[in-house]
Amino acid sequence: MSSLLGIYYLAPWLRYDRGPLVPDQAILIDMPNRRAYFFFIEIWPQEVYYLSAILIFAAVALFFATSLFGRVWCGYACPQTVWTDLFIWVERIFQGRRNDRIKLDNAPLSWNKIWRKSATHFTWILISLATGGAWVFYFNDAPTLFNQIIHLDVPLNVASWIYALTCSTYLMAGYAREQVCMYMCPYSRFQSAMFDKDSLIISYDETRGEPRGKLKAKGCGDCIDCGKCVIVCPQGIDIRNGLQMECIACGLCIDACNSVMDKIGKPRGLVRYDTTRNLNYRKKGIQEKVRILRPRTIYYSIILAAVGILILYNLLNRNILELHVIADRNPLFVQLSNGDIRNGYIVKILNKTHKDKVFALEIDGLEEHQITVQNALDLKANYLPVYADSVGQFRIFLTSEKQNTARTKVKFTITDKIDKNQAVYNGTFISDN
Amino acid sequence: MSKKETDKISGVETTGHEWDGIKELNNPAPRWWLIVFFITVIWAIGYWVVYPAWPTLSGHTKGKYGWTQYKQLSDSQAEIRARKSLYLDKFEKSSLEQIGHNPDLYNFAVAGGKTLFKDNCATCHGTGGAGGNGYPNLNDDDWLYGGRLIDIYQVVKYGIRSTHDETKFTAMPAFRKDGILTDEEIELVADHVINIKTASRKTRGAKIYKEQCASCHKANGTGDIALGAPNLADAIWLYGGDKDTVIETISNSRAGVMPHWVERLSDEQIKQLTIYVHSLGGGK
Repeated sequence: MSSLLGIYYLAPWLRYDRGPLVPDQAILIDMPNRRAYFFFIEIWPQEVYYLSAILIFAAVALFFATSLFGRVWCGYACPQTVWTDLFIWVERIFQGRRNDRIKLDNAPLSWNKIWRKSATHFTWILISLATGGAWVFYFNDAPTLFNQIIHLDVPLNVASWIYALTCSTYLMAGYAREQVCMYMCPYSRFQSAMFDKDSLIISYDETRGEPRGKLKAKGCGDCIDCGKCVIVCPQGIDIRNGLQMECIACGLCIDACNSVMDKIGKPRGLVRYDTTRNLNYRKKGIQEKVRILRPRTIYYSIILAAVGILILYNLLNRNILELHVIADRNPLFVQLSNGDIRNGYIVKILNKTHKDKVFALEIDGLEEHQITVQNALDLKANYLPVYADSVGQFRIFLTSEKQNTARTKVKFTITDKIDKNQAVYNGTFISDN
Repeated sequence: MSKKETDKISGVETTGHEWDGIKELNNPAPRWWLIVFFITVIWAIGYWVVYPAWPTLSGHTKGKYGWTQYKQLSDSQAEIRARKSLYLDKFEKSSLEQIGHNPDLYNFAVAGGKTLFKDNCATCHGTGGAGGNGYPNLNDDDWLYGGRLIDIYQVVKYGIRSTHDETKFTAMPAFRKDGILTDEEIELVADHVINIKTASRKTRGAKIYKEQCASCHKANGTGDIALGAPNLADAIWLYGGDKDTVIETISNSRAGVMPHWVERLSDEQIKQLTIYVHSLGGGK
């Protein structure tokens, strides 16, 4: 828990040098400037498919882990669980163990009750504030924003995000808790589709436990029906009824049962991580075995590898230069007084490097042609400057004699004046309706 | 009404009201609903204080801060004007040529001109400025009255054959209606005009052209910008270049009208329009 929280709080403070005029925060989603940074990766808005690919990758990884180990995500890594655990821990510090808490809840209003309750809620709110406060660091330069927060000089949009996230953390971890897993989380509903007989799930060993009965009663199994597993369950289920949708695989019932088994001198593991197949084998007296290679795990790993390679390949071959040409739609073409045809285009050059660049525009596909740039600076087609890390937009007129076909395919090519890097766009020259 | 009574079937308390043996059950509104209701009541009182709310004999209550929708509108307009003033001040002082060579002012003018064009000019010239029969295409390089910034500015400002005193007012004779030429002669001239670049100068049509048309349209048909006489030798025809249309043009004349905008648009708006039209590609 602390390591996950540590990652969450410390990640925005990592620095990564990208050169001048560019943020040096290792992980930063820069909304106003429409850029996302992750160490050496920089993503422009139109490349948001990287994000979808990463999400798909994460989803398949989740399915994979689920088919192997059951709901480990829910029990150990899900923020909802982590923060709920944190809140329960705070509760325990100020209000004691479960029985004490119930007693305190039922007690009449007293100074003792008031201070314990308010201390709990105050700490909760502090944690929530820290949660919401840390989240915004991913979207802003962390040291600058931290300075602003200390001086209470926070931009309104940042403040409202902190406020909203503080409220939602307080509500979700303080009050909603397991209700989120049961009623809000879609994953709990479809996770059973990812299980098979060989997935590790929290299971109660019926063969050993049943029939339940008091410790001293004769002819009974190991389960003494103490109810500890039910009491500790944050989801409020009885694991002895088998796997249920609510179970988040936190393992608290295992710990509770083991401590009871130790006390009564029985072996541990009446409630344990096990597979449905093994439980059945045990019932029938067959030798138990662990199967990791199964169709399910095999095809999950294939998908995982494929998506991973695709992302990696795309990231390594990411274009640092892109060209887009948008043809005028009104009018499609213009006839000039000498009978020539002129087409208008908007040429957009995406310079994703961190250097100012100059490009030359050339056109293939028209024999005799003339390119003019309509702008205030008398730029020519062989001299189109684009600032570092930005999009250069130019209005271009292409004039040529009337072609035999109404639509002529033309190829726009821009060439970096210095490193000769090129980008190509296949467009159309329209000379008749 | 003495004691609280419980309805046996629903198990709900009754209010004690009874009509013809039917008793009313006491189902109060939910607590949260009541709370919201009271909050809105309190909110309404605050609203009456801050905003105009109640009619009085001589008008209505004004509200503490004197808020009105008119004031809100003029405030937001003033805000827009203030935001634009960054450019407008410089824009007003700059000449058309200076604007054309300053990227900031140029982009400001093109953006503003585009909107103004769609609001005011697109009705005749089309949203893309491509014109139509009788309405000049503003994208091409053929200009009746000149394609320099100052020419375009003059035409937008005072119009063509408009009601403004400063407007350009030239007229072509209606050769048939006015009885200058016969039908036969008109046809001969039309034949010459259609092929004016290559046609022989010795035909009868060429002779009539030289006598009747060349003073404005020039001997080789290149026209005259000062008079708004179209170039007959190029590939662009405002009303059409087929023989029938040319005969009709010679017979009845043409006199397209463009309104003047000086009374409807401000000077900086006309300047913006000028820059925009000039940027469409045909500007000289």
